[in-house]
Amino acid sequence: MTWTLVIVLAVVAYAFKATGMVLAAGRRLPPVLDRAAALVPAALIAALVVNDTVTSAGALTIDARAVGVGAAMVAAWRRAHLIVVIVLGAAVTAAVRAIGM
Amino acid sequence: MNEQRSVVSAGLVLAAAVGVFGIAFGAGAVSAGASVWQACVMSLAVFTGASQFSAISVIAAGGGTVAALGGATLLAARNGVYALAMSRVLPRGRLATRLIAAQVTIDESTAMASAARDNTEARRAFWVTGLGVYVFWNLGTLVGAVAGSAVDPAVFGLDAAFPSGFVAMLAPLMDQPAHRAAAIGGAVICLVATPVLPVGLPILCAAAAVMLGVRR
Repeated sequence: MTWTLVIVLAVVAYAFKATGMVLAAGRRLPPVLDRAAALVPAALIAALVVNDTVTSAGALTIDARAVGVGAAMVAAWRRAHLIVVIVLGAAVTAAVRAIGM
Repeated sequence: MNEQRSVVSAGLVLAAAVGVFGIAFGAGAVSAGASVWQACVMSLAVFTGASQFSAISVIAAGGGTVAALGGATLLAARNGVYALAMSRVLPRGRLATRLIAAQVTIDESTAMASAARDNTEARRAFWVTGLGVYVFWNLGTLVGAVAGSAVDPAVFGLDAAFPSGFVAMLAPLMDQPAHRAAAIGGAVICLVATPVLPVGLPILCAAAAVMLGVRR
């Protein structure tokens, strides 16, 4: 591992974050862009759920995670508390793994 | 009062789970040839878990700096899109606050803020989660790098803890048609793009799904 990797990655990662944060600072976005920005988390977090649940190293995969996150979805839909949903998702996934599925 | 405590405790639960991944990262980085210093500076300065894991896995597999940077950059890019959304939530015009906020703009802080009912709660959720995750990710990295023994978060199902939490954070948004359209669109784009695009890009492409919601 080189220091070049550490430093360049740090600069690149922060540049992404700071650009997004400062670009819109102190000014009002046009209404369409403002609405689009408001919807960004829903679109990206939903994609992240798919990524973390049914993909592995760039391929679609169904394993214990799908069962655990499925259980979490039911709990979330029933409006269970966030912590309950998180613990349930992890516990079901661990249990399914433990019985070797 | 109860809501405040709830946001704080939920943010801290997420942060603690991130700590276990921090240990895995610290141990993995050292076994990939990083020094303890390099592992810790990376977590303090890069602070993007997916990017960091991607970088050390390329190095561990014998890849070079450029190859490691390529994959890690794609995974870091989505934080820029989150930052655009989070800049609407934070107070206008305070540059110093924003520059600090930028560093803790990640999946967890963005999702927690988005699930909040108003701007005040969103700010609290953003800062508690962002700073909590920052502390635990870096403590975990140090412990893992020094102790060198890897924990496998998968044993506890912790790899499913994050998508489970994100599902719960999305749930209150699903009552609104525009958010629902953006979320379903984003999920479908990621599903379709995963087999054909490099890791990191499908999540970024999912941003296009906001167009489905803007018209609603």
